[in-house]
Amino acid sequence: MKVLEIEDVCFSYDSREILKKVSFDTENNTIVSILGPNGVGKTTLLKCICNLHKPSSGSIRIDGEDVSSMSPKELARKVAYVPQKTNATHTTVFDSVLIGRRPHVDWSMSENDMEIAWSVMESLGLQDMSLSYVDEISGGEFQKVQIARAITQEPSLLILDEPSNNLDIANQHITMRMVHHVVKEHGICTVMTMHDINLATYYSDRYLFMKNGEVVAYGGNEVITPETIRRVYGIEVDVIDHDGQPIVIPKRNQPQYDNLVGAGVGGHNHHRPHHHHHDHEH
Amino acid sequence: MMSDEGIKGFIAHNRRKTLFIAALIAMTVLASFLALGFNTEVAMGDLLRIVFDRDNPSNDYIDETLVWGLGIPRILSALLAGIALGVAGAVMQCVLRNPLGSPYTLGISNAAAFGASIGIVVLGGGLIAGQSTASVVIDNPIIVTVSAFAWAMIATGIIIVLVKITKVSPETMVLAGVALSSIFSAGISLLQYMYNEYALSTIVFWQFGDMGKASMEQLYLIAAVTLVACVYFLYHRLDYNALDVGDDVASSLGINVNGLRIASLILASMLTAIVVSFMGIIAFIGLLGPHIVRRFLGNDHRHVLVGSMIMGALILVVSDCIGQNIADFTLPVGIVTSFLGGPLFLYLLVRGYRRRNASVASFLRRKTGGSE
Repeated sequence: MKVLEIEDVCFSYDSREILKKVSFDTENNTIVSILGPNGVGKTTLLKCICNLHKPSSGSIRIDGEDVSSMSPKELARKVAYVPQKTNATHTTVFDSVLIGRRPHVDWSMSENDMEIAWSVMESLGLQDMSLSYVDEISGGEFQKVQIARAITQEPSLLILDEPSNNLDIANQHITMRMVHHVVKEHGICTVMTMHDINLATYYSDRYLFMKNGEVVAYGGNEVITPETIRRVYGIEVDVIDHDGQPIVIPKRNQPQYDNLVGAGVGGHNHHRPHHHHHDHEH
Repeated sequence: MMSDEGIKGFIAHNRRKTLFIAALIAMTVLASFLALGFNTEVAMGDLLRIVFDRDNPSNDYIDETLVWGLGIPRILSALLAGIALGVAGAVMQCVLRNPLGSPYTLGISNAAAFGASIGIVVLGGGLIAGQSTASVVIDNPIIVTVSAFAWAMIATGIIIVLVKITKVSPETMVLAGVALSSIFSAGISLLQYMYNEYALSTIVFWQFGDMGKASMEQLYLIAAVTLVACVYFLYHRLDYNALDVGDDVASSLGINVNGLRIASLILASMLTAIVVSFMGIIAFIGLLGPHIVRRFLGNDHRHVLVGSMIMGALILVVSDCIGQNIADFTLPVGIVTSFLGGPLFLYLLVRGYRRRNASVASFLRRKTGGSE
């Protein structure tokens, strides 16, 4: 079942084109990772899907319905969003997860809402800290709380912006494994941005490679090739097979590194702090 | 942990917070009666009879007039102003995303004081009747009040227009409030400089927050505005929680973030404007009330909003009682709240919320039948 259909979406900010005719679609029970260098419009695309940004042209449909024609509440029942940065205030884990029921209630949370929140907390392993305060728990736990809040929203589409950001390698995998588990358990369609390609290949069904606001490649493991990586990131890599999963390893000798060193960038970097100091003292 | 057990624990946790608020309400009622007794110097037995059984023939006529004519309006003023300023502070802190947000952050009080000054000296609303400040009388309180309220709303309007046109961030709004405050206080200084010493002392006197200024009719008006604002705030209590997580999260939960922010600012400013216009400037309630409550109950607005109302009322009733009875002369409550509030606020900041009152915190954190 098609959940998300994006067609020729363009977005400009201050007359600068950020997204150029982006098109892709995906269905339920599928995890799509959006990959690409910093500043290619990954977050912008996510915000367009959540209707936080209005595309200048093109269409975004969720469950066959155009995002721009839905009321905020209707949209909130279909799409849940975990931004890169959220604030931890002095509220309990339970309360922070329960707020995900907001689009489904008018005046106050019912016992049923609490049960939904509780079962999500259980599947993310948060049940033992349900009454802890979110400003007093670790970064990994806080990230899980945010994801739990989004799943409690019972969306058909889950949007995650860098869900593994600022987590150590163990927490990255613990968090992503739980996301994977919960999303598959509920059959939710998930679209997330990722920096780490190898983390993405562990937990995604499909990959959307972007460069300069355009889609470079979209598909399963077959699109993870040295050619794609070169076109998107401009580096040379080997792609090896690890139990049927592609692993991307940058080559030791990169022609463009040599260029950088040749242009004196390396040396410049080395001396920069010294120059800075110098300016201040005289 | 079983699902039932977890949810029961959560419900019990919330019930303890509700209990804390109930205890606060009981304390406020008690404080109100004690303050009424201190202020009117009527014995507690007689006082209770006069309050609850007004037609009882054994009531002393003078006492009854004192209690109903002066004492009760004074207590009601303090309760109402405390509720209004407390809740306005809690809401401002959330929508401005700033722990220093208070009813005065946007320059509302300085604008009201400027408006009152205009009313006093330019519109001829006020003159000093006697030589000492104790006998200062404002000839035409209606002109002064209306002018104060109008200018407070003008200040609010300027902020809203700024928000609408430039889509400024909450952080910028706070800075704009600082700028507006400075403009209006310069305006007050200018008026004080240009007019005579009588005008000057009337302006200064007006600015002292005093619970004895408002009449019962005016209290009804303040109560009506407070009620409307509180209903709106309480209806959106969950939305404020979402706003705390971030604007994008709140939007993705279906909340109209800009609409909520602007409506909340307007209502909180109106509350402030109407209290300041009728009673003068009362500092610190909007900061102290919400922050004490947050220390004990956390930032969940289901508890913070009601808690801030009650805490604001309690602080103001107690402060006013202290101001009325501490010396041979009476002190305006605005001075008392600043003197009490400043040090108390510093104490709260230094202590930090991790070392909250151990007994209350452990009481609030205890899970039913389980260990931490």
